Amino acid sequence: MSQPDSSSLLLDAGHVTIRFGGLTAVSDFNLTITPHELVGLIGPNGAGKTTIFNMLTGVYKPTEGTIRVAGVDTKDFKPYQITALGVARTFQNIRLFKDLTVLENVKIGGHIHYAYSPTAAVLHTTSFREAEEAADVEARELLKIFNLENRAGYYAKNLPYGDQRRLEIARALSAKPKLLLLDEPAAGLNTGETIQLMDKIHEIRDRFGLAILLIEHNMELVMGICERIFVVSYGKTIAHGTPQQIQDDPVVIEAYLGEPATVER
Amino acid sequence: MRRSSLLKSWWVRDLLGLLIGIGVLLGLSWVLQRVPIVGIAYYFRIVILIGINIILAVSLNIINGHAGQFSMGHAGFMAIGAYGSAYLTFFFFGPYVDKFPEGTQRFVLQNVLFLLALILGGLMAAVAGYLVGLPSLRLRGDYLAIVTLGFGEIIRVILLNVEKLGAARGLSGVPPWGNFFWVFLFAWITILVSMRLVNSSVGRAFLAVREDEIAAEAMGVDTTRYKVRAFVIGSFFAGVAGGLFGHYMSYLNPAMFQFVKSFEVIAMVVLGGLGSISGSVVAAIILTFLPEGLRGVKGWLNTSADPRMVLYSIMLIVLMLTRPQGLLGRKELWEVLARRKDTVQKDARDEEEGKMDRGSGPSIDA
Repeated sequence: MSQPDSSSLLLDAGHVTIRFGGLTAVSDFNLTITPHELVGLIGPNGAGKTTIFNMLTGVYKPTEGTIRVAGVDTKDFKPYQITALGVARTFQNIRLFKDLTVLENVKIGGHIHYAYSPTAAVLHTTSFREAEEAADVEARELLKIFNLENRAGYYAKNLPYGDQRRLEIARALSAKPKLLLLDEPAAGLNTGETIQLMDKIHEIRDRFGLAILLIEHNMELVMGICERIFVVSYGKTIAHGTPQQIQDDPVVIEAYLGEPATVER
Repeated sequence: MRRSSLLKSWWVRDLLGLLIGIGVLLGLSWVLQRVPIVGIAYYFRIVILIGINIILAVSLNIINGHAGQFSMGHAGFMAIGAYGSAYLTFFFFGPYVDKFPEGTQRFVLQNVLFLLALILGGLMAAVAGYLVGLPSLRLRGDYLAIVTLGFGEIIRVILLNVEKLGAARGLSGVPPWGNFFWVFLFAWITILVSMRLVNSSVGRAFLAVREDEIAAEAMGVDTTRYKVRAFVIGSFFAGVAGGLFGHYMSYLNPAMFQFVKSFEVIAMVVLGGLGSISGSVVAAIILTFLPEGLRGVKGWLNTSADPRMVLYSIMLIVLMLTRPQGLLGRKELWEVLARRKDTVQKDARDEEEGKMDRGSGPSIDA
């Protein structure tokens, strides 16, 4: 694979390190993503995958290193500003707005595109009407993609687990991201649902022209859809390559299964 | 579109609504002041206090109920609005109006200046809301509650020491310009603003902040900005309520704005159901009327001690025990009523809700 020049990179994380007190959670992590790519991030539990997501989305500030989104250094950016740059995410332990309806959840996802002043909201100006109509149309469209259109009026907390997972993706897509970060989208789904999800991820990637970075423990899903895979263990990148390369990498096998036993004589 | 182009224009319809509202209120206040019943003035007074409390409860509901920021400083914002507007009318507008002879000109001038004083008082409170909001909104939950409580007390203690505003003696002789019309006009505006906000991207951002700040930030909501906005809007109306209160009472005293006053408003919001606008209104009516309505109990029991505040407290406790989510929960009155009506249409949504309400639904936190 030839390395593309930096200007076309959607995401460019270089030498990213974060320490919590004496603990180095992630050290010298490097990641580049070009538009329309499907990249997987895998590793054993506690390897620092979600910490990497949190740094990419501005929840944590890296101790060292730089993260560029579409060429912009996000050092002093707050999470909502990074979202505005075109990065949206889902959460490992579903963080929906539980007491709001499915439709409201998706509309909040599109907040940056449909925000207007409180004055416009109170006076019901033309800009308010146009924005609300557009938000409604787009939100319902997204719900349709995820087969949730009949549940628009439900409270998010009352959806079955699988629907909640899909609603979270719909909500993230509502922000019209260029890069979508999915944190264990298949966690808790059964095999059938996981296969559906794989198709869905492909579909939304093509439909919206996104790049997707996903964390996943389900190897079937990761190997099945990702074009490139990063493997982290104890905060370090231990391997990087195509699914086939990763599967055959002895270092990866070791990280997952442990060292082969040697018999001492 | 079916509607005529003139009615489609947003400002024409809003203006029309406003004019009709003003007409109805003027008619109502004209009628109410002429009801020939002995002792009606007492009930009239309760009605006006209900109106003021509606403004306070609905405005606090924006901060506590919608944006989920637990503020205990509402009495402080109210005090700023009350003293701010009273300062203007007592020292400037009142004496100016007094120069005019009794008549239409004076009447119009008085009300225009009163409106100006109310809005300026509200703006002063809004500025205070902004100043308090900005640094303290980094805090959450209990910590924010303590800071806002402290703020309210600071305002009161400052007022207690400003000689020009009467200090501990209080400020008597505030022009008695507050009346039924102005109180309910602003109650109506407060409700309207609050309802329109909550059904907009601004309101959805408030709700998102309340539900989950981290997720809200990840969805592009500038949480600090929206928290401050909720504070500014809420404290503006608290300030207006203060102005109306002062000009209705015609007397102000810092003791009126002790933290107990904040708690009274919090009780209304919580009792009505955090986040429910109509709930706040209903609770404001009940909690304003109850202490007065219970005065009769003393007569029936034929005791020398007045048990009304004890009964009031017991009723509050019983209400909160039986309905911890508040009278209306997070729903609005019409949503609750609509649900009663079409039981036929009870679909899975209701069923699921019922399940969740009993706490036996599947937990997604696991």
